[in-house]
Amino acid sequence: MAVAPVEVERPDTSERTGADRPWKVIVWNDPINLMSYVTFVLQKLFGYSKERAHQLMMDVHLKGKAVVSSGPIEKAELDVFRLHEHGLWATMEHDD
Amino acid sequence: MGAFDRRPIRRTRNADRFKLDLNGDERAVLATIAPQLREALADPDLPGLRRLFPPAFEGDDDRGRQEEYVRLMRDDLVERHAGALEVLERTAAASELTGEELEAWARALNHLRLALGTRLDVAEADDPAEHDDPEHHLYWYLGYLQEAAVEALVGD
Repeated sequence: MAVAPVEVERPDTSERTGADRPWKVIVWNDPINLMSYVTFVLQKLFGYSKERAHQLMMDVHLKGKAVVSSGPIEKAELDVFRLHEHGLWATMEHDD
Repeated sequence: MGAFDRRPIRRTRNADRFKLDLNGDERAVLATIAPQLREALADPDLPGLRRLFPPAFEGDDDRGRQEEYVRLMRDDLVERHAGALEVLERTAAASELTGEELEAWARALNHLRLALGTRLDVAEADDPAEHDDPEHHLYWYLGYLQEAAVEALVGD
């Protein structure tokens, strides 16, 4: 196997002002949404197993938020819209 | 057992049919409040509806993106919310629902709880004994019914 050179040419990130960086979709805790409903919505929208959806819901409930999906801005916006359609408190931000 | 084993929404042997066991008063309430909220959606900027239209972007750097999200998505979101409430209103007297209709019920009941819960400023630790008024009772009833809808949909 080759040894990596000490000096590598770094990709120039100064031009990457945001649009092509991945976004993460976050669901926030709120006092109204039912735990069972949040689990159901995460399963339905993202195809998570019941166990995975339950774990994400518990993160929302206990830690205040959870990242439920990520991707390019168009996908993240669609995911946020579908969560809003179901009444969940979802936002998106850059995945730094 | 009577009242002790009541399940207001139950999956039938046909996996896509759900039986509604609700009395006339319950159905009348649903048929009354669903169109009330649907009509209120005509002004999505009403402060009481803010939980039905959360921001997609919250950072100061993303203010332009948030404006764009509202411009592109707001009308669709109003239409989707109104559609679910319309299904609830139209089927409030039904004896059975399809899976699609019941999913619309779950969303519509959630929208009603978001609007009512915002107005009542509910908190997670609210003690029912301290809120013995009709609006809180309605809020908790809608939660009970939504829970039953989700249970029936996931088949627990």
